[in-house]
Amino acid sequence: MNDPSNNISKLTDHLFRHESGKLVAVLAKVFGTQNLELAEDVLQETFISALQVWRIKGVPDNPSGWLFRSAKNKAIDIIRKNKFSIQMDFSDSERALLKSEYTLTTVMDTMWTDEAIRDDLLKMMFACCHKNISIENQITLILKSLCGFTTTEIAKAFLTSEETISKRLYRTKEFFREEKIRPEFPPPHQLQNRTAAVLKSIYLIFNEGYNSTNSDTLIRKDLLEQAMYLCGLLCSNQHTQNPEVYAAMALMCFHAARIESRVSSEGEIILLARQDRTKWDATLIAEGNDYMNKAAFGNTLSTYHIEAAIAYEHCIAETFDSTNWQQILNYYDLLAKLYPTAVVILNRMTVLYKIKGGLEILPELNQSPYLYEWEKHYLYHSLLGEIYSSIDRVKARKSFEKAITLTQSDAEQKLLQYKIEQL
Amino acid sequence: MKEYMMIFRNEKMEGEMPSAEQMQMVMQQWQSWITAIANQGKYSGTNRLLPEGKTIKPNNIVTDGPYMEAKEMVGGYLVVKANSLADALEMAQTCPNLVYGGNVEVRAVMTIDNDPNSPSFLQEKN
Amino acid sequence: MKEYLFLFRGGDGSTLQKSSEAWQAHMQKWMSWMGGLAEQGSLVSAQPLNTDGKQIMGTKKLVTDGPFMEGKEMVGGYLMCKASSYDDAVEIAKGCPILDFEDGKVEVRQIQEMTM
Repeated sequence: MNDPSNNISKLTDHLFRHESGKLVAVLAKVFGTQNLELAEDVLQETFISALQVWRIKGVPDNPSGWLFRSAKNKAIDIIRKNKFSIQMDFSDSERALLKSEYTLTTVMDTMWTDEAIRDDLLKMMFACCHKNISIENQITLILKSLCGFTTTEIAKAFLTSEETISKRLYRTKEFFREEKIRPEFPPPHQLQNRTAAVLKSIYLIFNEGYNSTNSDTLIRKDLLEQAMYLCGLLCSNQHTQNPEVYAAMALMCFHAARIESRVSSEGEIILLARQDRTKWDATLIAEGNDYMNKAAFGNTLSTYHIEAAIAYEHCIAETFDSTNWQQILNYYDLLAKLYPTAVVILNRMTVLYKIKGGLEILPELNQSPYLYEWEKHYLYHSLLGEIYSSIDRVKARKSFEKAITLTQSDAEQKLLQYKIEQL
Repeated sequence: MKEYMMIFRNEKMEGEMPSAEQMQMVMQQWQSWITAIANQGKYSGTNRLLPEGKTIKPNNIVTDGPYMEAKEMVGGYLVVKANSLADALEMAQTCPNLVYGGNVEVRAVMTIDNDPNSPSFLQEKN
Repeated sequence: MKEYLFLFRGGDGSTLQKSSEAWQAHMQKWMSWMGGLAEQGSLVSAQPLNTDGKQIMGTKKLVTDGPFMEGKEMVGGYLMCKASSYDDAVEIAKGCPILDFEDGKVEVRQIQEMTM
């Protein structure tokens, strides 16, 4: 039996994830970012009344439309009640019109059009990714206010406590209040840099969903979905669409296409060599390809471009053995030249190992200027373990054991444990 | 709390101007009346208007003088916050304008709604 | 810059309200007129007034129910703005959407600065 009230709460949960960002963004525009908390309260009330009304009267034909209308009417009532409150700032010319009954509802109707609201969400992204807000705080606020995540879910995703998450949220909202941050598109000369900052946050959210094998599958999927939704907004807005944005979107498509085959139903990591390639999502790969073509315009060659090219090579290889490692190495050489980081160089060494074998690369590995940074990275010790497993089993075991201590992910630890057992 | 506007009207002024002392006394009465309203946190804004004025009608017709058809003219206004019309009326009862043969019109600020589903729209109709 | 009060008379909107499109189009005009003032920083405040109200008269404080005058003479709303001169204020008032109505009127009055 289908319980209708259960269906309604499933529907509202779904709508909360997908519409709350836009609702918060338009409400924050109306009340000002210093009243972000109030915007979130109105959002909660809107969903509570949806649950109540829909259970009695049934679900309306256009549930999202209902939510936006209901939130707008609640906002109008709040504006009327707070016309004299110092909490609200009516000093800018658009909001000055909210104080007069001649213009209040007309201005609200204008603010509530679909296009305006889509822009509001992006403008809020720019506000959240302000350069004076730390990256963890940026991501936390984006997930909480614009992606409909609960504090508990964010804490789980980041392997941290709810208290830490609440503190981060508090600090950012305090910053909004003090600095009176306005959600708006940056001026043209800042647009590229500020869009890159927004993109960085989005990609970190995506990575959290892609790599964090510790949190539950649903949260991970939602992280990926939300990151791709937000990146899709950047792609489709004329202010923000640029080659780097397209390249990042392509990269996310190529990664997301393989997510199903990457983790077993028991939450264990399946190595690329053993993945069932028939499970890869051909539609997403094709979409990624389209974005790659769009990314090819202009002179930008970002890390996203090169990483997407690498991911694409994996996507088109029919079997693990037919992977074009030489081509992938070429891309890593380029990446190492343009954007050398400890992780990039380490990944390049892993590819080199696939091509040349362990004995060939050990000297280069041991003389690398990145050794000091690698020491702290589980991937380095895991690679050493791989190399030693055919040379020196004791050293191999030691390396894998060291790697286990350096990752917090259950799935990674299990995988390393499995490798020790195979020695 | 709702907003109400008090419109002060007087017959169009003719004859002698009041003396400086008389003016000062009137001003003090106004001031203490408004202060009492402000002390309750119900004051929003007030002004007196110069007697000169023009009235604009459609098709760019501009006539001299304040609105000519009424025998009285608006001399000033006060906007207050009040719980109800009765509450606003009570404040108006002690208005100094009544002492000098004028009258006070008390009107609620109208709420305009475009959305027939909004709570305020429904409230208005009840 | 001096402050001016506009008093709106006439212009009964109830017939317009019967068609939501005509009504919204009319309210759009208010938004763009007042929006222009707000952008220049000239708008101080504006509100429409309910048609029902009461009037208190004279030393006896006699309270009468509205309407106390014919609809077309009644004040229907007000707007306060800043303008550089009286003529400037009259020019602003000419753009008021109340003048779309045959009987619409705007009375323009300067705020009296008290000298004591």
